[in-house]
Parts: sequence; structure tokens; C-alpha cells
Amino acid sequence: MAKELEIIKTTSDALALNRPIEDDRELTTLNLGPTHPATHGVFQNVLKMDGDKIVSGVQTVGYIHRAFEKIAERRPFYQITTLTDRLNYCSSPINNFGWHMTVEKLLNVEVPKRAQYIRVILMELARISDHLICNSILGVDTGAYSGFLYLFQEREKIYEIYEEICGARLTTNMGRVGGMERDLSPTALAKIDDLIRNSFPKALAEFEKLMNRNRIFMDRTINVGGITAERAMNYGFTGPNLRATGVDYDVRAMEPYSSYEDFDFEIPVGHNGDTYDRYMVRNAEMWESLKIIRQAMDNLPEGPYFANENHYYLPPKKEVYRSMEALIYHFKIIMGEIEAPIGEVYHAVEGGNGELGFYLVSDGGRTPYRLHFRRPCFIYYQAYSEMIEGLTISDAVAIMSSLNVIAGELDA
Amino acid sequence: MSHFGPKITELEEPFGLLTFSASAEDIIPILEYLNQNDRLRFKFLTDIAGIHFPDSKGKEFGVIYHLHGFENAVRLRIKVYLPKEKPEIPTASKLYASANWMERETFDFYGIKFIGHPNLTRILNMDDMDYHPMRKEYPLEDGTREDKIDALFGR
Repeated sequence: MAKELEIIKTTSDALALNRPIEDDRELTTLNLGPTHPATHGVFQNVLKMDGDKIVSGVQTVGYIHRAFEKIAERRPFYQITTLTDRLNYCSSPINNFGWHMTVEKLLNVEVPKRAQYIRVILMELARISDHLICNSILGVDTGAYSGFLYLFQEREKIYEIYEEICGARLTTNMGRVGGMERDLSPTALAKIDDLIRNSFPKALAEFEKLMNRNRIFMDRTINVGGITAERAMNYGFTGPNLRATGVDYDVRAMEPYSSYEDFDFEIPVGHNGDTYDRYMVRNAEMWESLKIIRQAMDNLPEGPYFANENHYYLPPKKEVYRSMEALIYHFKIIMGEIEAPIGEVYHAVEGGNGELGFYLVSDGGRTPYRLHFRRPCFIYYQAYSEMIEGLTISDAVAIMSSLNVIAGELDA
Repeated sequence: MSHFGPKITELEEPFGLLTFSASAEDIIPILEYLNQNDRLRFKFLTDIAGIHFPDSKGKEFGVIYHLHGFENAVRLRIKVYLPKEKPEIPTASKLYASANWMERETFDFYGIKFIGHPNLTRILNMDDMDYHPMRKEYPLEDGTREDKIDALFGR
């Protein structure tokens, strides 16, 4: 019998047979975004659809581009902290401290242990709040609303801690170059203690019980949007998204900053790199963050919370009113007249979404000559169109949610 | 390093990060070698950033690559300087998929052309913008202000 010829009638057949689509008149163009409930921010995906299947997608970004790198070129170092808040606004303290550490590296400022530990506590709280948002919203996007409600109560508590420490909730502008602007107050310590020992572990355990082995959730996420480790590295993935593929790269362990080498914690990894693995890695990381905060709280060193560097760290307000020297330093620092050396420095911290890098070129002036933010979202979001090919819209939404693309970080 | 010898210049290590310069013709062979050599294995492209030095003749534009070898935990910075008459450099996006958007961003801000790039269009700014905003000829500071001149700060 003669071999039957395979006749491609529709584009679906072409997809099923893994053939190139020659005629795209049949395809529908669908805009996912710029404002769509699933994007959690402002960015667009133009999808070519064949029925319910995605044939190809093109991402458009830049809707909330605010020219941070250009603005940074006229601002003194301490004023750039407010720009970093608005990168990944789900974990602003990490961005703030990352920037401070970059400047400290350039100025060669040694920060006392207490300030480093306070930074670690706050950065881990920020990581928890970042992962909380990502995981609970992934639940919402796959149809489970209640987990979101349980966890946002805990995020609210973390925001209250921020408020106690710096007065702000979202755009924190926390810390200073050379340490913290003030010590942890007894109220802040009590609130952190209550969060990590009483309320949060319970809520997270409850959330895990609700989601981890949930049949519907597993069906929606396992083997959806998987990516191999090689592909992920080629696409510049970092953070939980890279670790979900099985690569144990974590800046905290690889190049410890701010005394991370003092703490005992594990780096959870997945192996499929799919949506479920990303979810599980983030969940496990929250437990590790809790472990780090507990250790930091138990061993919080005594001593000053800022570096003894008059040239860079603002003197206490009381002294500014009384002593001439303090007044001069106050004026010089506020005007940005610190003596920055000429040089270039790259500093990376482990942000909520991956390696957040600051490339700073200083020409010795009051402002950076060039400042480049390595924004993890911007780099790994490129892979999205490859990840969604051949899947359905509902899968694409779950993948986008689990990648945790934050528009502020995407567009700078 | 000895593999490329004289093609690598200005070798230094500011703040513990090995840095060197290369020319636009050599950059892709160097990246390929660093990526594919079994001992070096710089499989990860951390970052591409552009920079503009309007006063340095023949080296007005710079493209700065940050590479990372996970196995050896080594970072590397490569700088390529380009003249303003011909700000062109071959694309690294065939080697590193992540370079695609980073190069588009650099093109968007500095107008540096990446030869062979699959889709070299603006990424963050509007398509109908007719200048490259990160160049130094577009200052943010109001040029008419006189209260912030260097003399007032003892410089």
C-alpha cells in the first residue's frame, strides 16, 4: 500500500506535525496587555493565535520607562536611592541596600556588623514579601483566590515593619551610604520577632497545605513553561527562575555581601524549570529567609549602626545645630560634595527576581558619570515568547505570573 | 589570556574585577573562545552597557560586557571602544540569547549599531524618537544655571 500523504489542512495540523506555518491568514492577533489583569504591570504581548494555541508572541516593553539611568547622571549618590526604590517595588529595601553597598565599595567604606545584620534582616523580609506576592498571585491567576488573602495579611505586617523603620511602606528609601539612618526601635524588633516566630510560619504552612499538593494547581503548573538549564543560562536567567532549572547560582552564596557568610542557609533548586518548580523554589526560599532572619535576630551584634565616616555619613541632627564641623559635613554631603574616587565598580546583590547589578562609573564628580542597572526582569523576560509557543492563553498567564515580571524593573 | 595576546589591552583589576579592552573586530572571537573553552566556561553574559566619552577622540563610544563563569566563580569585564563616525560592533546575540535586548537597549540609548542583530529597534523609548538620549550632548541640568558652577565648591 502506498504511503499516505500528510496533508496539512489547518495551522493546528502544522503545529501538531511540527511544520512551519506557511499561510498565516488563519491566525488571530491578540493583544495581551498593556493593561491586562494578568500582566500585573504595564507591558504588552502581541500573540498570534491559532484557535486556543499560541503560535508566536512578541513582547513590547517600555510603557513606564522613566529614564532612571539618565536622571542618575545628575543626582548625587544619596539621591539615587529613591530611584532604586522604583525598580522592583515589591522588594525595595534590597534595591536600596544594593545601591548603598555599591557606593560603599567605591568609597571603600567599612560598615559595622550591626548595620550589616540589620540590612540582612530587612533584605530577607523584602525577599519574603516579594516571593509572597509572586506565589499568591500565581494562585490567583490559576484560580485559587484564598491563598492570596491569607498571605497578604502577612505582607501587610512586613510593610508595617518597614513603616516602623523608615516611615514609608512601598518606596522605602531605607538606609544610608555607610549604614542605617536609625537603629531598630524596640517596636520594630518586637514586630519582626512576632512575625518570624508566630504569625508568618503558620500562614506559610497553611498556604503550602492549600497549594502544594492541590490537584488543580498541580495540573495547571506542572510541565507548563519548562526551560532547560542551558537555555535559561543562555537567556540570562538568575534568581529563583534559574534555580528552578537546577542551577544553584545565588549571589548571596557565591559572592557574599553584607555578612551573608555568617549565616547558615540552603539554596533550594528545582529540576524541570517549569511553573511548579518556580513556585516551589520560591516557597522554599521563604523558609530559608526565615531561617536567616532568626539567626540574625538571635546574634544581632551590639555597637554602632553606621560607619564612622564623617565624609560620607550625615552627622546627627543635634550636632549639626551645635558644632561647626558637623554643619560643614552636613552641608557638603547634602550638596553631594563627597570626595568620590575615580573608578568603576560592579556590585551585584540577590534581588527578589535574581541578580540585581549596579555598574557605576565615577569620574570623581558629584554625580555618577554612568550608572547602569542590571535588571533581572528585563533580561529574562526575553525568553517569554519562546516559553509560551504552542501553549494556551491560560498557560501563558500562569507562566508570566511565575516569572514574576515587575514592570518597574522591566522598564527602569 | 595568552591565546589572544596583543589583542587584549589595558588589562587591569579595579575592585577585584578583571577588566580588559578589545577591538570591535576581535570581540566576537574573544567571546566565543571564553564561552566555549572547557576550562574558562564563561557561559553567562551578565550585562551589556553603553557609555559615551565625547572628549576622547576616536573612542567616543564604549560597549562594556560583563561575563560570569559560574563554575570558576569568576567575573570578567570587556570594554570595546568605538569611534563616533562608525559606532558599529558585531552582535553577540547569536552566542548569548540574553544579549538580544541588552543590545537593543544600548542601541536605543546610545545609537550604537550591532551588526547582524535580528531586530535592532528601540526597546524602551518611542519608535519615533529621533535622537539617542543617553549621549552626553543631551544634558539634564539646565545649562543657564549659574549657582552650581565648580568655583563655588572650591574645585
